[in-house]
Amino acid sequence: MLLFFFMTVTVMKDSSLKIENTLPNANEIKKLDKKDRVIYVYAGKPTREYQKAFGTETKVQLNDKFADAKEVGAYILAERAKKAQELQNVLTTSLKVDKNANMGIIQDIKMELRKVNSLKINYTTYNGDAFRNLE
Amino acid sequence: MADIAFLLLIFFLVTTTIETDAGLDRMLPPIEPPDTDVVIKQKNIFLVNVNKYGQILADEQPVELADLRTSVIAFLDNGGLSKSEATQDNPFCDYCQGLRDASSSDNPEKAIVSLKSDRETKYGVYIAVQNEIVGAYNDLRNREAQRLYRRNFTEMEDLYNNPETPSEIREELKEKVKRIQDLYPQKFSEAETAIK
Repeated sequence: MLLFFFMTVTVMKDSSLKIENTLPNANEIKKLDKKDRVIYVYAGKPTREYQKAFGTETKVQLNDKFADAKEVGAYILAERAKKAQELQNVLTTSLKVDKNANMGIIQDIKMELRKVNSLKINYTTYNGDAFRNLE
Repeated sequence: MADIAFLLLIFFLVTTTIETDAGLDRMLPPIEPPDTDVVIKQKNIFLVNVNKYGQILADEQPVELADLRTSVIAFLDNGGLSKSEATQDNPFCDYCQGLRDASSSDNPEKAIVSLKSDRETKYGVYIAVQNEIVGAYNDLRNREAQRLYRRNFTEMEDLYNNPETPSEIREELKEKVKRIQDLYPQKFSEAETAIK
């Protein structure tokens, strides 16, 4: 019984992270309940094995590729087109950004999101004390 | 047979991750500016500026992160407009418990918190600041929800947003959540760049 349960609920990850992605902590958070309405955008420094090829500057990761902040708009449009018609207006973009990233890249991503009119965002965080982010 | 099944069970146990993401919800401003120019009084804006060293300037005063929540609450809950000046669109705030300082915000409906950051500000610090501002709104909303319905606003909102909550309970909650949100509407804007 248990075996079948775990066999059915196991989902293999479709993209592995090529960046450092320690999310910041926050405690005034809301859950992202409906997974089918979420598009993920990752950002952070490339991990050590990719640093030779991509440098140590903060990069955006879309699916399993490195990208520039400028490509976020096109990615959102492509992902939005894949979703069901009735969900296309209620999508949320989840920003999973490393806590050591600079705001500059986030400002660029936000600008791109505004250009494609994808205004609902969620700064995805761990549940924890926000003061620990300062360390 | 049994031990193979057992091994498989262990394998799936280890590989399964049941994760729900959580975070701070925000709405970005639309890219086209609104047609009509809205004039906002200086006293109704609370400007929070985070520089690249993680120092915080709130309403032209340097503050520590730990004190930010109190100063945001003081601003939002001020209700500085007197009864005689109040109009239909700019009502007197009868539920505010603030200092009623005429040089701070008129009422929670008019009060706007604006957060600005430098391009080199650390994301972690920025999130901590956002967390405190959202926390200030939640504290005030919880206070009003306790007064009106004897329960916390955040708990009601979570229940309302949870898709597993039965629809009759959600219908009932919808009105209450809306009412509390209207008492302290979250007027919180993130602009692009910091003032140098």
